[in-house]
Amino acid sequence: MTESYQLKRADFIFKNENDWEEVMSKSFSRTPQELINELISSELKGRGGAGFPTGLKWKLTAEVVGDTKYVICNADEGEPGTFKDREILSMVPFKVLTSMAVCGYVIGAKEGYIYLRGEYFFLLPELNKAISEFEYYCKEINVDFTIRIFMGSGAYICGEETALFESMEGKRGEPRNKPPFPSDFGYLGKPTVINNVETLAHTYTIFKYGAKRFYDLGVQYSRGSKLFSVSGDTPKPGIYELELGMSLYDFVDEFGDGDTKAVQVGGASGFLVPRKRFQETAIGYQGKLVGISLPTGGSMMLFNSSRSMYNVLDNYLEFFREESCGQCTPCRVGCQQLLKGIKAVKRGEKKTQYLDKLLRLTDTMKLTAKCGLGQSVANSFSSIVENFREEMIY
Amino acid sequence: MNPVSDLIKNLADQHGRNRKNLLPILQGVVEQEKYLSEYSMIEIARELDLPASEVYGTATFYSFLEYKKMGKYIIRICKTITCSMKGKNQVLLAIQDMLKINVGETSSDGNFSLLQTNCLGFCHKAPAMLINNEVYTDLTPEKVRDILSGYLKKK
Repeated sequence: MTESYQLKRADFIFKNENDWEEVMSKSFSRTPQELINELISSELKGRGGAGFPTGLKWKLTAEVVGDTKYVICNADEGEPGTFKDREILSMVPFKVLTSMAVCGYVIGAKEGYIYLRGEYFFLLPELNKAISEFEYYCKEINVDFTIRIFMGSGAYICGEETALFESMEGKRGEPRNKPPFPSDFGYLGKPTVINNVETLAHTYTIFKYGAKRFYDLGVQYSRGSKLFSVSGDTPKPGIYELELGMSLYDFVDEFGDGDTKAVQVGGASGFLVPRKRFQETAIGYQGKLVGISLPTGGSMMLFNSSRSMYNVLDNYLEFFREESCGQCTPCRVGCQQLLKGIKAVKRGEKKTQYLDKLLRLTDTMKLTAKCGLGQSVANSFSSIVENFREEMIY
Repeated sequence: MNPVSDLIKNLADQHGRNRKNLLPILQGVVEQEKYLSEYSMIEIARELDLPASEVYGTATFYSFLEYKKMGKYIIRICKTITCSMKGKNQVLLAIQDMLKINVGETSSDGNFSLLQTNCLGFCHKAPAMLINNEVYTDLTPEKVRDILSGYLKKK
C-alpha cells in the first residue's frame, strides 16, 4: 500500500476566518488572470459532487462578454447524508462571502446570490448579519458587489444548477437542457458562475495560502482536502476534513463500529461499496488510480451487519420517486417502477430474474434521463442489487 | 376585503411585480397563512399578471409550499435513511400518540399538522424534525414528548 492511500486529516475550512478583509484586499490587488491561474494550478474541483474544475469554470465565464453576470453560491444541500455546507455557513460565513466577491471581480459580476435550502431557514438571521457587515466593508474599499439570499422551498432537484436557476426565476425547479452551460446562459439567461458552498470556502484557502499549499494535499487527479459528512452506524458521526485519495479501508478503520458491512459513498445518488471492496476503493475523482475511485459530495453513510440493504434501497428509491421533478419520462416512471419492482420481488410476486430487468431499466435511465438525478439512480440501485442480491429476495 | 389580499399586495410591493419574485411572494404567504389557498394563488396571479395555472404549477412543485390547510405548527419529521435507522418510527409513534393525528393530518383544534419530509441535513444527529422553522435533533420518544408539551402549553 502506498502512502498516498492513507487517511490524513486536514484543517483549513473551519480555521482562521478573521483575516477575510486581508484576503479580500490582497485578492483584489491581483489581476483576474492571476487569480484564475492560481485556481487552475491548485486543481480544485467542484465539491458539490460533480467535480468540475473550478478554475476553468471561472475562466469560461470571465471570457464571455456581457454587462450583467452573476455569482451564485449553491447552498441547496439536499443529498441524503450531507450536512457540511450548513456548518460552513454557520461557522465561517465570511470565507464564502469573500470568495463570492473575488469571483465577481474575476468574472465581472456585481451581484451574488446564496440559494439556501428552505430547511436551513434558521440560518437566515446570522447570515444576513454577516452579509451586511460584508457589504459595508465592500463599500469602504470601493468594491461594487451585493449579496442576496434566495430561499428554496423543499426541493432536492433545485440543487441541480439549472433547476436552481429556474427556481430563482420563479418557476418549477425543472432542469434545463445542457448545453448551453451556465457560463453562457445561467440565471436570467446571463453568464453565471455557480459554485457549491464548500468549493468557495476552498478558494479562500487557495487565495490565502497560494495554490501549492492546496495542491500538495491529496493525490494525483484528486488534489486538496474535502469535508466528509459521516453518519450511520459509526461511533463518531460528524463533519471531518480529510485529504482526498484515502482508501475506504482506512476510512472504515477510523470511522466504522467494527462491524461495517457496507458504505454508501456520495449519498443516495452515489455508490454502495461492500466490505470486500473497501481495500481497492479510493475516495477521489476518477483518474488513473489503481482500483476503483469514487467521487463524493462528502456523504459517507456506514451500515453495519444489523442493517437490511433492501430497506436501504427501498428508502433511497422512495426518496428519488418523491424528488424526481417529473418532467422527463425515464426518471419519473423509472423511479416509480424500480420501487414497485423491488417490492414485488421481495413479496415473491415477481421472479428473482425480474431484478435483471430492473437493472436494464436503470441502464436506460442512465442514458436517457435529462439530468443528474435520473442518471444517478442507477448508481445506488445497481451497486446495491449486484452486491446484496440475496437480501433483495429473501 | 380579505386580509390575505392585503398581505399579497404588500408582498408584491416589497419584492416587485415580476415573475422572478414569485417564490418569495409564495413563501411570504405560507409564512403567515401556513398554506396557499386557491384564493391566494389567484390573487397572486392577478398581482403579478400571470396565468393562475402558472402560479399553481410553481406552488405545487415545492414541498414546503403547502396548498392544503395546515395547522399553526407544522411538524416535519425526516424519514430519510439515517433518521429511519436511528429510530424515527418510534419518535413518529410518540408524536401520533400524543397529538392523536396520523401523518398528513391536522389536529382537530387546528394547532398541529404532521408530515414526513426528506433529508433535513442532520444525519449526524438523527433522528431530526422541524417544527415550522425550528430544528430538533437527537430525538427520542421521551424528548419529543417534552418538546411537544412545550408547544401544547404555549399555544
